[in-house]
Amino acid sequence: MTTHDHERIEHLLKQALPATSTLPRATLQRDLWPALRQRLEQGAVAVPWFDWALLTALVLWVALFPRAIPVLLYHL
Amino acid sequence: MPALEPATDVLQQFSRGNVDAFESLFRQHQGYVYRWILRIVRDPAVAEDVTVETFWRIHRAHARFDPSRSFEAWARRIATNAALDHLKSTRPQSELPDDLPQPALPDPGISRELREKTAQAFGRLPPKLRIAATLAVIEEQPYQEIAEALGISAGAVKLRVFRAVRMLRKDLKRQGIEP
Repeated sequence: MTTHDHERIEHLLKQALPATSTLPRATLQRDLWPALRQRLEQGAVAVPWFDWALLTALVLWVALFPRAIPVLLYHL
Repeated sequence: MPALEPATDVLQQFSRGNVDAFESLFRQHQGYVYRWILRIVRDPAVAEDVTVETFWRIHRAHARFDPSRSFEAWARRIATNAALDHLKSTRPQSELPDDLPQPALPDPGISRELREKTAQAFGRLPPKLRIAATLAVIEEQPYQEIAEALGISAGAVKLRVFRAVRMLRKDLKRQGIEP
């Protein structure tokens, strides 16, 4: 590919997709802090389902096999 | 125009997990981060979502931030990764919107159909190449800034842009378009 080809494609690209500074909403139109604060609050209390499943399995295992508690403590 | 670098004590408080310092940084930088992301994703609604995601990641990573370094450069890097993740998770659009933005100086030698096909072919490029070409060619950002945002060298950015342009040309040729 020659330099001319490269420049031609770049020109075509600029014509097809103009710089975003020319878009109507090029600057932020609203404060995003409320959305972020909501996300932070959700994230603070969210526990992945896998963690709950693991905790449930552990409790069941300890309830069904109490003699295994020393083994569990040894591996912790 | 980039936001001013915040005061060192705000950065130190942020790195220790102070929420007020984080809010102060957010308010100072949200506009800049949004504009950077918009350059990559090219959709204002998506750019807002990715901006929130970026600051969520910034909040989670506060302990890894070095207050002696530039917050803006660090935020730009995280924003670029979040935008890249978005591009990877979305499929290329087969149909473009009717209100395809017009260039500032339209070239009469380039038809609307050719512009559409070029935009679609560009959307099919691998996201890593697309980001480099978008920032360098379309948005005309400095190579060094792009390199820092992508975590690669300026030479690697130039290589990605070259590969993107070459792949775009091949795609257009396959459609019988000789640019």
